[in-house]
Amino acid sequence: MLTYTIRRLLTAIPTLIFISLIIFLLLDMAPGDPTAQLPLTIPPEVREQIRQSLGLGEPVHIRYLLWLKQMMWSEPMYYLSQSTGWFDPPEAARLISWQTRAPVMDTIFERLPQTLKVVGLSYIVGVLIALPIGIISAYKQYSVFDQAGTFVSMIGFSIPPFFSGVLMIILFTVMMPNDSFFWFPSIYDTTLVVDSWENFGKQVRQMVLPVMVLALQTTAQISRFMRASMLDNLNQDYVRTARAKGMTESVVVLKHVLRNSMIPVITVIALGIPSIFGGAIITEQIFKVNGIGQFLIVSIQASDVPSVQTLTFIFAVLIVLFNLIADILYGVLDPRIRYD
Amino acid sequence: MPDGAQPVLDVRDLKTVFKVRGGEVHAVNNVSFNLKPGELLGVVGESGSGKSVTMMSLLGLLPTPPADVQNGTVTFDGQDLLSVDPETLRTVRGGKIGFVFQDPMTSLNPVYNVGMQIMEPLRKHMGMTKKEATVRAKELLELVGIPDAERRLKDYPHQFSGGMRQRVMIAIALACDPKVLIADEPTTALDVTIQAQILELMKDLQERLGMAVIWITHDLGVVAGIADRVLVMYGGQIVEQSPTRELFKNPQHPYTRALLKTVPRVSGGREARLAIIEGQPPILGAQPTACPFRDRCDVAFDRCSQENPPRYAVGAGHDAACFYDANTGAPRDA
Ligand SMILES: Nc1ncnc2c1ncn2[C@@H]1O[C@H](COP(=O)(O)OP(=O)(O)OP(=O)(O)O)[C@@H](O)[C@H]1O
Ligand code: SF4
Ligand SMILES: [Mg+2]
Repeated sequence: MLTYTIRRLLTAIPTLIFISLIIFLLLDMAPGDPTAQLPLTIPPEVREQIRQSLGLGEPVHIRYLLWLKQMMWSEPMYYLSQSTGWFDPPEAARLISWQTRAPVMDTIFERLPQTLKVVGLSYIVGVLIALPIGIISAYKQYSVFDQAGTFVSMIGFSIPPFFSGVLMIILFTVMMPNDSFFWFPSIYDTTLVVDSWENFGKQVRQMVLPVMVLALQTTAQISRFMRASMLDNLNQDYVRTARAKGMTESVVVLKHVLRNSMIPVITVIALGIPSIFGGAIITEQIFKVNGIGQFLIVSIQASDVPSVQTLTFIFAVLIVLFNLIADILYGVLDPRIRYD
Repeated sequence: MPDGAQPVLDVRDLKTVFKVRGGEVHAVNNVSFNLKPGELLGVVGESGSGKSVTMMSLLGLLPTPPADVQNGTVTFDGQDLLSVDPETLRTVRGGKIGFVFQDPMTSLNPVYNVGMQIMEPLRKHMGMTKKEATVRAKELLELVGIPDAERRLKDYPHQFSGGMRQRVMIAIALACDPKVLIADEPTTALDVTIQAQILELMKDLQERLGMAVIWITHDLGVVAGIADRVLVMYGGQIVEQSPTRELFKNPQHPYTRALLKTVPRVSGGREARLAIIEGQPPILGAQPTACPFRDRCDVAFDRCSQENPPRYAVGAGHDAACFYDANTGAPRDA
């Protein structure tokens, strides 16, 4: 298992370098000018100087290599030196956003907590709701519960968050009386500091709507998957063996069947985790959560190439990483799989 | 076989129907038989004749839906297994009646080690602690002839060959000293040498442990070797029941006679070919109102397509469901 992991990690490196090249070239070819947002009164010479100072004068392969070094070496070393203090931060300047002039990574770390709180929580909530629904739907296939589950999943699958989000706002913010317990704020207040029970309550309330919108999607997908996986296993011969041994239904279903059904489901859950870090672009936009997703949108609109490149690349790294984790989990959970 | 002893298992008028898309499959039709203590009862019949469904109906092991056990009584230990509460039924399953299934490759749970799978019934039915159960599980593996038993408890099913898995299945079925063991074609999926070993093992265990065994098989040769008594099934019915020697000497039902012709004999000359029974076994969409074998029967006559023959007694412990009397070569009267 260990050698397998190491081998996979090593093969991930060329993959990521290739991905980074694609990301870099694609964004480089994209139209848009970092100075486009500046006032029109700025004379062309100054404009050109600004572009030079952003490093746009170099040929593309040089810029790519510089960026790669920045991403793979300078930034990690910077954080390492910051957190341990063992050595001075590297000389190379940090990767700076064209738009905010702040180091991109700093902005990302600033935004990440909001995203993790809202998107991460909704993922957890979604999965926790989905698993029992999937299990019961499969065990009581075609029952009223199963039909209802199918209906809700269909809604979750087919209604995009930009619709369900707005619907939620209309229902729970606009139409709901302000003093009702079921009134929830539609705007996420990032400046809120949880220092008292009252503020904790506020924090919870402002997370309710975005979490509901996102959890609906996760629930729809994972519960369908769980149900299918349970159904696959419920008809297996070993289930009959367990019953023939006199095991109770709960042991048969929750021990024998569930353990087998969870193997593919857990890997699917793991594969979905990078999307938490990617932020829910649209949902964050609707509820004004200033997380990663919103940062990405704003950066794209401002042609802030370094920010977009960095975010996209981090996302790629996470996807590669969680693919690896999913594969390893598979091997851990399923004794039939041996990687060595 | 102690004659006239109280049967351990008494099945009467068992009827099982599958509700399937576009109709019903009447898989078991009014089957009655009993099993005496310490007896080895062979059940033969071609594929689809309802052998497995009959045995699984006894213990409620069929998925419902589609299966529906519509009628019958299964008397075991003074109670009717078809009407007892689920908890009582669970104490019988695995505790008093062990079951070995047809396919050893898929009948064990792939994600648990075999030790855990053997210990499960021990802990449930015998109330053993983990330690006691481990000791017993090891003994059981030794009993069914798996070498290096202690270490193998921690192995997973995929680390065992087919024959070894079937031994594990047998160990599970025997775990709680059952009174009855039902073995559903335990050797069909295995190659011939392994088949012989498992057969040997089962016969030996049955004699040592004194349990009653129901042995389902396609293979009359196997039955001849080990069974005390034989049930022949066709179209979801028992068409002949007989002590083993009697059956081979004096088969009564045309289907049994045809089956016996398909058994290869060592003494048979080179040119003597194996007979095959022409035609297909029926799939019954309704309760049969005629003899299910009539389309393939070479002595069928009018009555066979008007009535379903009852089981006529033809000798001591020997009966056959046929209107044709093989001894006289003429239809039975009345
Ligand atoms: N789940 C099911 N749904 C519908 N019909 C079924 C189902 N299981 C079994 N049957 C039907 O019941 C009949 C008897 O099947 P059974 O498995 O008892 O045969 P068998 O004698 O054990 O055959 P084999 O020797 O192949 O094991 C068959 O006609 C089969 O089509
Ligand atoms: S009852 Fe008739 S058809 Fe059926 S087996 Fe006997 S002779 Fe043949
Ligand atoms: Mg069968």
